[in-house]
Amino acid sequence: TQCLFTLVIAPDTETLKLTEQQILFYHSTDFEVHRNWLAITHSLPVSKWYHENTSEWTLDYPPLFAWFEYSLSHVAQHFDKEMLVVQNLLYTSPATILFQRLSVIVTDIVFIYAVKECCRSVREEKGSKDLLGHPFFILAALLLWNFGLLIVDHIHFQYNGFLFGILLLSVARHLQGRHLEGALLFTVLLNLKHIYLYIAPAYGIFLLRSYCFTEDNTDGSVRWSSFSPVRLVALGSIVISVGALSFGPFIAMGQLPQVLSRLFPFKRGLCHAYWAPNVWALYNMVDKALSVLGVRLKLLDVAKLPKASMTGGLVQEFQHSILPSVSPSITLICTLLSIMPAVLSIWCRPRGARGFLRCLVVCALGSFMFGWHVHEKAILMAILPFSILAVESREDAGIFLMLTTTGHYSLFPLLFTAAELPIKVLLMLLFTLYSFTSLKKLFRGSLLNPLETTYLLGLVAVEILCEVVYPLSPWQHTMPFVPLLVTSVYCSLGVCYSFIRLYVSLLRQHGTDKHKQL
Amino acid sequence: MENWSLVSICVLFGLTARWAVSLNSYSGAGKPPMFGDYEAQRHWQEVTYNLPVHEWYFNTTDNNLNYWGLDYPPLTAYHSLLCAHVAKLINPDWVELHASRGHESYGHKLFMRATVLVADLLIYIPAVVLYSFYLSEGSNKKKVCTVLCILLYPGLILIDYGHFQYNSISLGLALWGVVVLGLGWDVLGSLAFVLSLNYKQMELYHSLPFFCYLLGKCFKQGLAGRGLFLLVKIAVTVLVTFALCWLPFLSDPGQILQVVHRLFPVGRGLFEDKVANTWCSLNVLIKIKTILSTDTQLYISLTTTLLAILPSSIKLLMKPTLWQFKLALVNSSLAFFLFSFQVHEKSILLPALPVCLLLNDLPLPAIWFLQASTFSMLPLFLKDGLLVPYVVTSLAFLFFSIYLLSALEHCSEDKLRLGPYRRLLICMPRMDLGRVTKWKFYFSITAMAGLSFMSVALAPPAQLPDLFPLLVSVFSYLHFLGLLLYFNIVQIAEPPQSVRKNQKKSN
Repeated sequence: TQCLFTLVIAPDTETLKLTEQQILFYHSTDFEVHRNWLAITHSLPVSKWYHENTSEWTLDYPPLFAWFEYSLSHVAQHFDKEMLVVQNLLYTSPATILFQRLSVIVTDIVFIYAVKECCRSVREEKGSKDLLGHPFFILAALLLWNFGLLIVDHIHFQYNGFLFGILLLSVARHLQGRHLEGALLFTVLLNLKHIYLYIAPAYGIFLLRSYCFTEDNTDGSVRWSSFSPVRLVALGSIVISVGALSFGPFIAMGQLPQVLSRLFPFKRGLCHAYWAPNVWALYNMVDKALSVLGVRLKLLDVAKLPKASMTGGLVQEFQHSILPSVSPSITLICTLLSIMPAVLSIWCRPRGARGFLRCLVVCALGSFMFGWHVHEKAILMAILPFSILAVESREDAGIFLMLTTTGHYSLFPLLFTAAELPIKVLLMLLFTLYSFTSLKKLFRGSLLNPLETTYLLGLVAVEILCEVVYPLSPWQHTMPFVPLLVTSVYCSLGVCYSFIRLYVSLLRQHGTDKHKQL
Repeated sequence: MENWSLVSICVLFGLTARWAVSLNSYSGAGKPPMFGDYEAQRHWQEVTYNLPVHEWYFNTTDNNLNYWGLDYPPLTAYHSLLCAHVAKLINPDWVELHASRGHESYGHKLFMRATVLVADLLIYIPAVVLYSFYLSEGSNKKKVCTVLCILLYPGLILIDYGHFQYNSISLGLALWGVVVLGLGWDVLGSLAFVLSLNYKQMELYHSLPFFCYLLGKCFKQGLAGRGLFLLVKIAVTVLVTFALCWLPFLSDPGQILQVVHRLFPVGRGLFEDKVANTWCSLNVLIKIKTILSTDTQLYISLTTTLLAILPSSIKLLMKPTLWQFKLALVNSSLAFFLFSFQVHEKSILLPALPVCLLLNDLPLPAIWFLQASTFSMLPLFLKDGLLVPYVVTSLAFLFFSIYLLSALEHCSEDKLRLGPYRRLLICMPRMDLGRVTKWKFYFSITAMAGLSFMSVALAPPAQLPDLFPLLVSVFSYLHFLGLLLYFNIVQIAEPPQSVRKNQKKSN
């Protein structure tokens, strides 16, 4: 526990440190987004929260998060009242920045507590005396020092530490067998940020299968007679009461359609301005390559091509020129198809809370791979829970290293100013070095094959090419989007590969289970 | 985990902390007409790049010495020249003669910060790693912890990366001297130290222990035979290094005199601003500056300094071991800081370097000193707008050093070498001096926190506008004086048996 204490304090000082610097020179859009929400929730009546549109960054999180902002705003008024005025767009006084940064650090306490709970539920190997070699220590370090979380929360600005804290706490509760608490936490989380809907299938099926059905048949399949209606009612009442608390007032005011239209803005494009490293990045790339090829071979007429396609990566709307365009419903279907086998597998052969955790990671990653308008930050939803599995099995550790390294690297474009370059590189090196050496030591041996190692080393080359060489070259002015394009395409290869390997491991376990029973 | 990965993690962490601090403001940012040390360094680049060597230290039409005239030794000038060449490549405006004065921009700040980081990475950090791995005792893990704690020392980070100076070069070279001497290569060690002296004249604070250690070693080998040979070798190295550094100025004695005159500006008075040394603190009671003439002040400070460094130097001369050497470095530089003429608050970094080397042996006193030294520069940090980095780095340093070096567990009387105090305090009631020290430490840290808070939050009374800086400097002065006595007693008292054994091994 003493070592946990170290790790608990350490990132806090670190995060503080990272925070302080930002005070003077840089504010991301997310910073303004959250300031605007503070202002909206503080100065307007509840009925106007989801109608207000002075700023283009309208409130697009579920109501519980609005209440969270509302409670923060009561502290904020003691720092600087001006930040709570809706009309003060892009308002950044030192007190505002200090308050916003401190609020992230303080709410991180939830995350730290969740990490402590996760570490308690990790399987311990006997014999290892060295503190640094314990799986729980490594897990604590991997979670608390997570590069992505550090830069997204403390440099870029978001409250992910708080939200992931609730997610991890809920996972920990499931690992500890306290399913109702876990379900409650997850419902709260859903009402804080609806992006977690992506992993809701894992939760739903797991709770239904392993909690509502109390017994299995001898071959592992579901015994229908063991269904417990009491448990289902308990679960249902939790979900409904939290939902009512959150959405109830808006339903009463008849604003539900308005709220939902804010929460699910399908007007945005398939990909974010910077393509998240997923399947659609590859799809866009192939489309582009085909169109260039077509123009070269005189099969296509340049004038007929959609204009935006030639600047891809900087413009939200991306029209495909050769391949068919993708609609939101197609992405939804793809996502559902991609997570279906995983969800089915925990229905047919539940493997306890760990099987559920694996399924959760697959859901998160699957939605990242195929989702509509995915942000690069969403990769954290897979990386963080996966850390728990990574310290328990050798194969997962290998996948984890691939996924985190590429996933974290794909976050680099978030911090684009020259002054931040050393910070992001140093922090990335710090985390990557630690994760590689500690996991290698834990499992006594190399975790990656030569091809994977080469691919990861390629990231170094990509980084040098994109951030050092390319800006000096003449193409920087004519084609400024190339570095982002290269980054997302290169990273998406690694993420796809990890996704496939993760799936293979899941299905193979499924297979061996069957085999054993035979 | 293997050592290399742990060490690289520590170094990366140290670098992150450094770069994070460097994103903050610097001294004199946006404050014309004089700006601050940042502009001084930039101005030196401009001067050295555009003017011929023999004009660098002279007041000419192109070189106004009243505007941040070059007043550091030649190596600093060469370093500025080197940086200026790089700057010219990136953006010629940065070093344009006259026109670039007071130049401030985002890109330029990045460039200047990067030069500090590069110098640090090349000189100071390798020396710290080498020192911890070859010259400090204990398990590998303990050595790694030492690396981390030394690298996280807030004073140096805040001055170099916040305020803006290149202390990591002069201190790093001096540390190279210690490391190389500790490994037994006397000639190379003296070379490194001479280089550091030629980078910053303030390194004179460390010179006497280097001199005594080497001389003592020669004595030990017998001045008739091998000792004499060694002495000659060292003397030749020192002279040749000096000659090489000063080569462009050697042609004309007037040049040398002018450089020396620039390096030691006697006319600037006993002290400036609020420094945590004897004279400034005495000034609260007696107005020395007005009562005594400049010459008398000079003589008084010279005598007291010499008296204060005498015991430790003689002891080192008699017994030139690494342990004595490290303590003598602390005692000498601290005595200089407390008693000598024209001391700046930043000079506390000079005693802080050897104290860092004692982190492993005497954790609690070393941490205490290092924290007090950071605290003593608080008024400067506030002026530069470095409050948040000051708070965060101090907290991080205190936390890491106390936890990793288990400073609070190792404070029995024996471990703290408080035996001599016991003999001095024979008439006092019996009490556990270790515990008393611990409580004093808690109290002092709390007081520092309180004073820091008051300096920031409270407005001083109208008739005493300098109340808080003065309190800060007097409070830190008391720490320095007490620790000077303590380190002297530790040096002069014989080390306990166990330490002596270890020393024999390491020698």
